[in-house]
Amino acid sequence: MSKKMQITLTVNGEAHDILAEPRELLIYVLRERLNITGPHVGCETSHCGACTVTLNGKSVKSCTVFAAQADGAEITTIEGLGSPDSLHALQEAFKEHHGLQCGFCTPGMITRAAKLLEENPTPSEEDVRFGMAGNLCRCTGYQNIVKSVLAAASDVNTAKEAAQ
Amino acid sequence: MIPAAFEYHRPGDLPSALALLSEHGDDARVIAGGHSLIPMMKLRMAEVPHLIDLQAIKALRGITIDGTRVTLGAMVTQHEIIASDALMSVAPILGEAALQIADPQVRYMGTIGGNVANGDPGNDMPGLMQCLDATFHLEGPEGTRSVMARDFYDSAYMTARADDEILTAISFDAPKGGFAYEKQKRKIGDYATAAAAVMLTREGDTCAAASIAMTNLSDVPVWSATAGAALVGTDVGAEAVSAAVAAALADIDPTEDNRGPVDFKRHVAAIIIARAITRAWGRA
Repeated sequence: MSKKMQITLTVNGEAHDILAEPRELLIYVLRERLNITGPHVGCETSHCGACTVTLNGKSVKSCTVFAAQADGAEITTIEGLGSPDSLHALQEAFKEHHGLQCGFCTPGMITRAAKLLEENPTPSEEDVRFGMAGNLCRCTGYQNIVKSVLAAASDVNTAKEAAQ
Repeated sequence: MIPAAFEYHRPGDLPSALALLSEHGDDARVIAGGHSLIPMMKLRMAEVPHLIDLQAIKALRGITIDGTRVTLGAMVTQHEIIASDALMSVAPILGEAALQIADPQVRYMGTIGGNVANGDPGNDMPGLMQCLDATFHLEGPEGTRSVMARDFYDSAYMTARADDEILTAISFDAPKGGFAYEKQKRKIGDYATAAAAVMLTREGDTCAAASIAMTNLSDVPVWSATAGAALVGTDVGAEAVSAAVAAALADIDPTEDNRGPVDFKRHVAAIIIARAITRAWGRA
């Protein structure tokens, strides 16, 4: 075992000081030390994207980042995107358009989709499929996920226009 | 999934990183985006007692376009390549290739330097850099030196970079003419069954210059001088394309794996190379 190091992570706006081994993967620090268990683990080869979080403005697979690398980082997880009383537009759209079944890929899907819509607020279906290609789903066949993301984009854009 | 323990270092500049590499020798590895190294560490196929994180070193970042010379810091990510309008306007082949690498999350983290220094023949950028005739810049305890991409790869995971050197930047002349990066893969994120990078320039109806390189069709990327030469002076018609493909196939040495047997890979390579030539010529 190597020496533990002091790591500071700001997760969903809250700063946490953690004593962790450098080799601890960010996904496990989030899940096991901070009890932020929305992000999931679906593979060990960096393919599935169930562990996706936003790290310093990037969509990142938190199974492929060491805790040490994330020292000082700002992180957003699914828990930071909405609340039960006030769902994020994507959470509402996934519910409305049946974009989930077992729910295991959903936190990663929605976190990735949030970043995708930030970079491209008016994506085409192809943009969504390509932009979500780092996230695997066993249940939905993707069709309703695409619908959900497109619906959320449209809802957000409509709301923005109404506000202007 | 569980990597072995290591000591973590985050040097703030290149001399400190090089000093750490010298101090720890074989026990140290640099980590860039981490998206080849960490998966290997999780499978315990790479043991790294000292991990030297390059993320804080500003000198390894940035895209510089000086006239027609392009320099990419080794820590430039695939995402930054795609997102750079300036780079896409002078060297769009980079974006075309980067968009066929991995997936969005991996592209936010994975770097150009890591891609070319990794030494895995599955990586796409090495072949592209050979097509571009890029120069790799290395810095070590003895100072800096440069190695041409076409001379950099010895065998799988074996490159001209010495263990105590860091690849700091990649530079190349902005390509002229038509281009294509054509890749056959089983799915998003897969390494190529076969891929080809092609650049062509034309004078009237004739091909004036051609560069052809291939990915994952040998234990190293393959730049085929004879394939390019087969196109120069021709109209890049069916006969010339066949000759170039035949020349390219003579230079590859694919191995059987779960992407298919050797004969299949040669078949796929022939199709991919012809498509890349045709598309590049259409843009030339």
